[in-house]
Amino acid sequence: MEEKRSPWKDAWLNGLLAGVIMLYFSLVGMVKTFSSREVVGALSLGHVTLLLSLGVVVYTFLRRHKQESRGTLLGQAALMGAIGGFLLGLLPLLGQWVDFRFMLVQASPELYALLRFGQNPTVGFVLLIAVSAVTSMVIALIDFLPDFWRNAVVNAFLITIVVGMLSDLFKGMTIHAIFDPFMGASGLNYIGAVVVFLLSVAYFWMGKRRGEIKAEAAKDKTEAMAKKALPRWAVAGLLVAFLLFLPLILGSYLSHVLNMVGLYVIMGLGLNIVVGYAGLLDLGYVAFFALGAYTMGVLTSTSPLGVAHMTFWEALPFAILVALTAGILLGVPVLRMRGDYLAIVTLGFGEIIRILAVSDALKPFIGGAQGILSIIKPIIKFGGRTLLEFQTPIHFYYLILVGIGIAFFVAYRLRESRLGRAWMAMREDEDVAEAMGIDLVVIKLTAFGFGASFSGLAGAIFASYVGSIFPASFNLLISINVLSLIIVGGVGSLPGVVVGSLALVGLPELLREFAEYRMLMYGLALIAMMLLKPEGFWPEPIRQRELHAGEESGD
Amino acid sequence: MAPILDAQGVTKRFGGLVAVNNLDFTIEEGSIASVIGPNGAGKTTFFNCITGFYTPEEGHIIFDGHEIQGLRPDQVTKRGISRTYQNIRLFSNMTALENIMVGRHPLMRHTWWDAILHTSRYHKEEEEALEEAVRLLNFVGLAGLGDQMARNLPYGAQRRLEIARALASKPKLLLLDEPTAGMNPQETTEMIHFIQHLRDELGLSILLIEHDMKVVMTISEKIAVMDFGKKIAEGKPIDIQRNPRVIEAYLGRGAASGLSENEATATATA
Repeated sequence: MEEKRSPWKDAWLNGLLAGVIMLYFSLVGMVKTFSSREVVGALSLGHVTLLLSLGVVVYTFLRRHKQESRGTLLGQAALMGAIGGFLLGLLPLLGQWVDFRFMLVQASPELYALLRFGQNPTVGFVLLIAVSAVTSMVIALIDFLPDFWRNAVVNAFLITIVVGMLSDLFKGMTIHAIFDPFMGASGLNYIGAVVVFLLSVAYFWMGKRRGEIKAEAAKDKTEAMAKKALPRWAVAGLLVAFLLFLPLILGSYLSHVLNMVGLYVIMGLGLNIVVGYAGLLDLGYVAFFALGAYTMGVLTSTSPLGVAHMTFWEALPFAILVALTAGILLGVPVLRMRGDYLAIVTLGFGEIIRILAVSDALKPFIGGAQGILSIIKPIIKFGGRTLLEFQTPIHFYYLILVGIGIAFFVAYRLRESRLGRAWMAMREDEDVAEAMGIDLVVIKLTAFGFGASFSGLAGAIFASYVGSIFPASFNLLISINVLSLIIVGGVGSLPGVVVGSLALVGLPELLREFAEYRMLMYGLALIAMMLLKPEGFWPEPIRQRELHAGEESGD
Repeated sequence: MAPILDAQGVTKRFGGLVAVNNLDFTIEEGSIASVIGPNGAGKTTFFNCITGFYTPEEGHIIFDGHEIQGLRPDQVTKRGISRTYQNIRLFSNMTALENIMVGRHPLMRHTWWDAILHTSRYHKEEEEALEEAVRLLNFVGLAGLGDQMARNLPYGAQRRLEIARALASKPKLLLLDEPTAGMNPQETTEMIHFIQHLRDELGLSILLIEHDMKVVMTISEKIAVMDFGKKIAEGKPIDIQRNPRVIEAYLGRGAASGLSENEATATATA
């Protein structure tokens, strides 16, 4: 049998772990940089980082030692907090005598001041230990709540932090006056935080009540059916209306952020066909984005590089077609490759396209590192009269929304077909899929083709949106971003792509000042996802069909 | 009656190892035939040669009047052969119903274009496929489990689901690779009845690989015994039971009479 550590010893070690993690975040400079953004009142993002690292350690400890009595657990939580705080507190305490900066450049006086709560070293040291011990005890108390309330409180707390972190968002909106009473200098004020917290708890409570009502109604089946039919349309209608009015509320900057999210959604939907449905790990996805963008550039640019001077609409089919062809051409040599090998070859393909774009050989045609400038914007004409010229981010928002709509529609319908099932069968077991009469060559190439054409569409819109394109915009990071957002959202899930894009493209775009730590946070987020929620934020629902089919044949 | 499957001189080599050696075997239409033999005798390799997963180096496999050796697995399936696996290989993250619907793939014609536009062909085929899948699900006794993930089904149900998936392509010949592996005696008896039921109800020809002698002797009309890639005996169950070479292969040379000492040693070292 596995030898079990005694809980007190485990608490001790976990306290050390929490301390080390908090020290690490402090010494890489995250805490100090993050403290420039206030979340709630005087509580900065730097504090939140420390708090969350302590919280995660305490929480996992409590999960492991459920069987202990509550009093003991409370004591152990306090011990963990105190040890963590002690370790972290040593930094500013010793820092007054020893200069750590000769090797740890981030051990700055500002960080020390932050960790001492602005007090003198001794008082700050004691205060830090006390605060982290008390925080740990509060976390333990929350953990003692019944399941529903614990989840509600934890989620509401996280929502409050996210809202506070993104409160600049509300200030940028055209209707910001509504939110002003709840806003502090750069975050929520205390009233705002309480309001957001309570609203979130209320939301979860309503969700629970609705579930209960549904369960009751399910006993009386017909009533449940009648109730279900109506709201679905209503929800869809509301969603469309909301999306149509959104940029008017958000204003120009936030619409721009949403546009970037939207372009990634289109790409994500495409890569989701290749990776999520068909299980073909493609790391060179950016190549098709680049091909779409460059085709649009070469065909429409008014600069000397432009060859055809087409309109946006004339060039769009070509951009998609070029990407599609490239997708199929790439598919042919990798038909017999699986898993890791496929990933490496596609990775290489992505790099080849980027290197071709910067190469001198192609410079006369696509501009090398200087790229292609003056790519024209889409114009809608009717009977010789210009109805609309897409200029601002808000205009492009609608264009991208239409693009997402089409991509969503196509991806959804393909999944619900013979082809979609064949893809998923291949993802599950390639040999068996072939033995079921599925022609692997055809379905692999269609998967690559569809994936590439979505990416080509996104690239074409991107080129026209930013007006000029450079090889540097098409680096490996885009492929990794798209793949990560699919994983975070839930592999194979369509709404997951949207959630993933908002989380991995929208958030970093809004937290630009912390771009330095983007990769660190990415890595942490992916590891946390794999451990805690491997199915993603919005996993694909299991389709219920048998009963449905029974009903149809029943009448 | 003409044979549905006629294998002539099939040979499959892996490097120096001859996994299937000059094998002749026929299956009459509408019959249940079995291939038995000790582990590593080449039974599954023979299966893989029939289904197109391997291409035999020599010999012909004639199915329903056409040569099929060298065709890809999907092409073989389209001609009317489908199979199950020794260690169950369902699409584990798809529902039971979806598994069966994948099996129907070769009978459907609609393309991505039909799927996006929801043409009448798409609607017709999807409705038929769903109806047929539910019917097959009921046929194998899994009614009500269609929306379960395949991996969540109990072992016996997974075996049945695999058969339902194989039936969805409306095969003329069904290959079952150890359908009763890992089953208890009662489940085994049920499976025997089920396989007989399959043949009687659907008029299928069935080829089994099986280790369980009770199963083989109960349901087979014809048995081929393989050892080290060669067919060492063929005939009705009653003949096979008495055949000294079969007893040798299964129980070792000592069990059969009239053997020289060095032959026994050769077997032991092999």
